[in-house]
Amino acid sequence: MAKILMKGSEAIGEAAIKAGCLSYFAYPITPQSEIAEYLAKRLPKIGGTFLQAESEIAASQMVFGAAGTGVRVMTTSSSPGISLMSEAMSYIAGAELPAVFVNIVRGGPGLGGILPSQGDYFQATKGAGHGNFRFLVLAPANVQEFVDYMIKAFPLAEKYRNPVMLVGDGLIAQMMEPVDFDNVASTPQGDVESWATTGCKDRETNLINSLFLDPLKLEKFNDKLADKYNRMRDEEVVYEEYAMDDDPDVVMVAYGTTSRVVKTAIDEFRKEDKLKVGLIRPITLFPFPMDVLRNLSAKSHVKAFGVVEMSIGQMLEDVKWATLERKPVEFFSRKGGIVPNPDETKDFIKNIFKKIGA
Amino acid sequence: MKTIFKRPDSMTDMVTHYCPGCTHGTAHRMVAEVVDEMGIRERTVGIAPVGCSVLLYKYMDTDMHQAAHGRAPAVATGVKRVKPGLIVYSYQGDGDLASIGTAEIIHAANRGEKITVVFINNAIYGMTGGQMAPTTMPNQKTTTSPYGRDVNDVGYPMRMCEMLQTLRTPSYIARASLHDPLHSVQAKQALKKAFAYQNENKCFSFVELLSICPTNWGIPPVKSMDWLVERMLPYYPLGVFKTPEDEE
Repeated sequence: MAKILMKGSEAIGEAAIKAGCLSYFAYPITPQSEIAEYLAKRLPKIGGTFLQAESEIAASQMVFGAAGTGVRVMTTSSSPGISLMSEAMSYIAGAELPAVFVNIVRGGPGLGGILPSQGDYFQATKGAGHGNFRFLVLAPANVQEFVDYMIKAFPLAEKYRNPVMLVGDGLIAQMMEPVDFDNVASTPQGDVESWATTGCKDRETNLINSLFLDPLKLEKFNDKLADKYNRMRDEEVVYEEYAMDDDPDVVMVAYGTTSRVVKTAIDEFRKEDKLKVGLIRPITLFPFPMDVLRNLSAKSHVKAFGVVEMSIGQMLEDVKWATLERKPVEFFSRKGGIVPNPDETKDFIKNIFKKIGA
Repeated sequence: MKTIFKRPDSMTDMVTHYCPGCTHGTAHRMVAEVVDEMGIRERTVGIAPVGCSVLLYKYMDTDMHQAAHGRAPAVATGVKRVKPGLIVYSYQGDGDLASIGTAEIIHAANRGEKITVVFINNAIYGMTGGQMAPTTMPNQKTTTSPYGRDVNDVGYPMRMCEMLQTLRTPSYIARASLHDPLHSVQAKQALKKAFAYQNENKCFSFVELLSICPTNWGIPPVKSMDWLVERMLPYYPLGVFKTPEDEE
């Protein structure tokens, strides 16, 4: 089988199956209900579990229950639904279970809109649920990459026994792009016998729990979690460098859909105006590619950074922190479901060049 | 020497933290006895709730999964759907099941999840210190209904068995009481029936156990039993509300 044309949502569903995830619980919400529709068709035919829950709260708690038994399990939703799932995410992190969440982000706050947005960056990277916990956040920028990272998400969740979230938007979920499943293979799952609630035959009983009544034990557990998140910072940062090999004057930072617009702008500048502009595209939003940006901020050839987001400035804060604002950090955004177009993005970049006098 | 009484194998030897007179201990033991008697300990997963009985996971010597407030039926659904060979039960109080978890219990019942739900109705929130529950009796004083539950203001106590009975999906729905030994024996029979239905993969099963909370009621244990009989029994009739055989 070569490349096939596939809608993002359906590719996400198929990728989960290819990843060895045969358990899926969800509640419909635009713009990603097609994932549930696809898996409702596919999973029963291959002995999997598909269940439409009564709410995102219940769907995510079903994920919690299933994850406790050691099976690969996921749910998918969009922004308002993810808010409801944040309770379960906290419990899953607190009970140290692997599970995969997909957030096809839409405009907010509140009911917001259904079009592409990156307004859930804070929620995904810093604030999904109560208590001290973090999780890996992967931000693929096209359908093929979404498929590839779906495959990686499950072993990563198992490596850390922690939720993993993939974020996209309606553009990726609704768009048809060529996808290749040929080189996609699931990773074998490790042993779950020591912790999974599968019945205590021939072993000690297992307990899935996040309650620590003794504050000293809870503190110790929090320290253990902090170590885990630091390990993610050390081992899991992924980013793409684009047009970065000739010491560009301006370094753009954008992820997901906006990174594609920025790439288009860069390509045109490189062709027409010979402006030296490159892009750092974070693929992991947590852990954020802190070091690469901090190192660039100390380089003399870098005169400014430019951040493009579909939010009022969320990743922007991480870029400012990463670069220590050693160089100006300029910001351009569209929000509410509007994707920045290449022309306005080019104008933004041109203005940065004007400001730095290059 | 012949053993005529012992701790159920499905219970640990932990001393429970419950207040004097509390009926949780009785209910825990009955669940454990049923699990023992049915020989299902090694494939049982219990879902512990939030509330006084959160520490159920310490007292049961089976695999256990501690759930968020109200969400136990959803967690149980997740476990059971991916591991249908397991026996999965949730154990929930009235604040947990009848207030914050109404959506989860109704939909688990309506889907006909092959799980068992043990519902402890003691007409009050225990762990948080005696606040009004959906099951609190009319005029009953609690810390958040200090002048008595005013049914014109906050409605009447919710009867969960009666609500669940209305669902078309086949199920076993029963209410029993723990206020004296005779009724406790009947309660255990209901629990055994509920687990048996699950073991036969027949239907969703739900047993409500009328219970007492002497500490938060502010009534000594023996008198609490009388209070249950006088106040709760007339409003919460005992019996089997529905069996899967009811359906054609």
